[in-house]
Amino acid sequence: MTTTRAPAVAALNLIKTYPGGIKALDGMDITVGAGTVFGLLGPNGAGKSTTVKILTTLARPDSGTAIVAGHDALRHPDRVRRAIGVVAQKSGADPVATGRENLLLQGRLYGLRGAALTRRADELLDRFDLTDAGKRLVKTYSGGMQRRLDVAIGLVHRPEVLFLDEPTTGLDPEARTAMWEEISRLAGDEGLTILLTTHYLEEADRLAERVAIVDRGRVVAEGTPDELKGELHGDAVQVVLREDTGPLDARLLETALSEFAGVREAVVDGRHLRARADDGPSAVPHVLAVLEREGAAVASVTVARPSLDDVYLRYAGRRFADADTGDGAPVPATAGGAR
Amino acid sequence: MSTATLNHTWYMTQRQLTAILRQPAFLVITLVQPVIWLFLFGSLFRKVVELGGFGTTSYLDYLVPGVVVMSALSSSMWAGMGTLEEIERGTLDRFLVTPVSRAALMNANVVQQGISTALQSVVIVLLGKLGGADYPGGVTGLVILVIASILLGTVFGAFSNALGMLVRQRESIIGINTFLLLPLTFLSSAFMAVTLMPSWMRHIADFNPVNWALVAGRSAMAADPDWGSVLSRGGALLALAVAAVWLSTRTFRAYQKSV
Repeated sequence: MTTTRAPAVAALNLIKTYPGGIKALDGMDITVGAGTVFGLLGPNGAGKSTTVKILTTLARPDSGTAIVAGHDALRHPDRVRRAIGVVAQKSGADPVATGRENLLLQGRLYGLRGAALTRRADELLDRFDLTDAGKRLVKTYSGGMQRRLDVAIGLVHRPEVLFLDEPTTGLDPEARTAMWEEISRLAGDEGLTILLTTHYLEEADRLAERVAIVDRGRVVAEGTPDELKGELHGDAVQVVLREDTGPLDARLLETALSEFAGVREAVVDGRHLRARADDGPSAVPHVLAVLEREGAAVASVTVARPSLDDVYLRYAGRRFADADTGDGAPVPATAGGAR
Repeated sequence: MSTATLNHTWYMTQRQLTAILRQPAFLVITLVQPVIWLFLFGSLFRKVVELGGFGTTSYLDYLVPGVVVMSALSSSMWAGMGTLEEIERGTLDRFLVTPVSRAALMNANVVQQGISTALQSVVIVLLGKLGGADYPGGVTGLVILVIASILLGTVFGAFSNALGMLVRQRESIIGINTFLLLPLTFLSSAFMAVTLMPSWMRHIADFNPVNWALVAGRSAMAADPDWGSVLSRGGALLALAVAAVWLSTRTFRAYQKSV
């Protein structure tokens, strides 16, 4: 907000329609401050990857402007290519070359040569814990190792802006946590700007300083994770009842709960009761008292700070998981998310 | 061509050649298959030379250029599979977001194909020699045979790459290759003297690039080379190779637009 530096990435009103009339981008606008980590969050098909493809000069929009590292990606794609590193969804590493050979070739394409090149390759192998694996063919790597190599490949030429397109999709929870730590360390690098796309809510929450929630080719909400969650005003209080309430009892409970000023939006559905409270923990005794008075036995109570999932529901009008109609990669239950 | 393009072409070619050398099974098959062709066809058609029209009394002399050209055709036809794999794996996109010369990406396919075809052809010629084949045209004739097979490989390699980028389906490449390989081979003078072919086949063979490569090669390999045939068929092959590479460069641009 207060930064005076020019943004590292600016996409203005990007529109892209694929053959068959599929509108991938419908006025996409994002601005990423230099040296920050920016998260594009949305379900599969929301337009995240298309945005990255345009910003990395791989695809061209029907209209709109894309500026990356001070260069126009449409008019001077060659200048943008020198300034960016890209870790795409698909690995792209050569499986019948060793990790080190992949790094060396990538470096040569950017004009690195001789001792400087080999030093850089070894330094990256060391940094990503691939020194031994560097001598082996990439096809023998585990998913996590391959992903670390992909990031190393993207960094060979010390780019100003690094694009990470769903860097942890398909990784097991352990490898995902390791990759998160890796990305957090990268974020500390001097001046490196990172644009991260993800469909994992906790990934954006944990790694990104600012998040844009994308739905149907547009940004529907943007801010820091806390700002976005803060707009929801209050904690989520969820109660599971021992017995099913009929529709009549449900309405009765909702009315009884809303009499207390600290509780809002109480909804009872079967055995589940959901409500919002400015101060969740201190609202719990009151909620329990009301339920006892009304004769509803309680099985369990949870209080949660609002999640990005709640934010997504509010802005996109759907639950995140329902909107995610893509390859069905499971959203990790808790790994790393519970701090 | 700029120095960057030349350098990048070399890096990309090197990458492809290393990948081939690291797949020993593939290497063995491409080298063993011509041996089988030489042995099988050599034994099967051995007596056919007695019918005349082959310009030699040993069928092996006639067969060697046939197997060289057929092998160049059959191995180059699969080039599109490699391209397809690189697209699916994301390797092509990975290169496209770097400053790599776009021309180098296409050049590398052609150069790698050429080197592979040349090596394969030389091995077949040496195996033929080992089996007792006679090459009256000497080294010049053999060099022209190898050049003709490289040009033919370039034609079909480029078509195969274009097909891979356009249809993006393995099945289509397999289907078309299986459909084309034998008719293209047998509608040429690869294994049978032109004078023994039915006249309708001879007319079709005149338009078959596989036959152009054979006529150019055999004309140069004769004791008394027919340079007119070498130049006309070789020139036609060269023109077709240029057209095929141009076409595959166009499909490459179309691919970039479709991303």
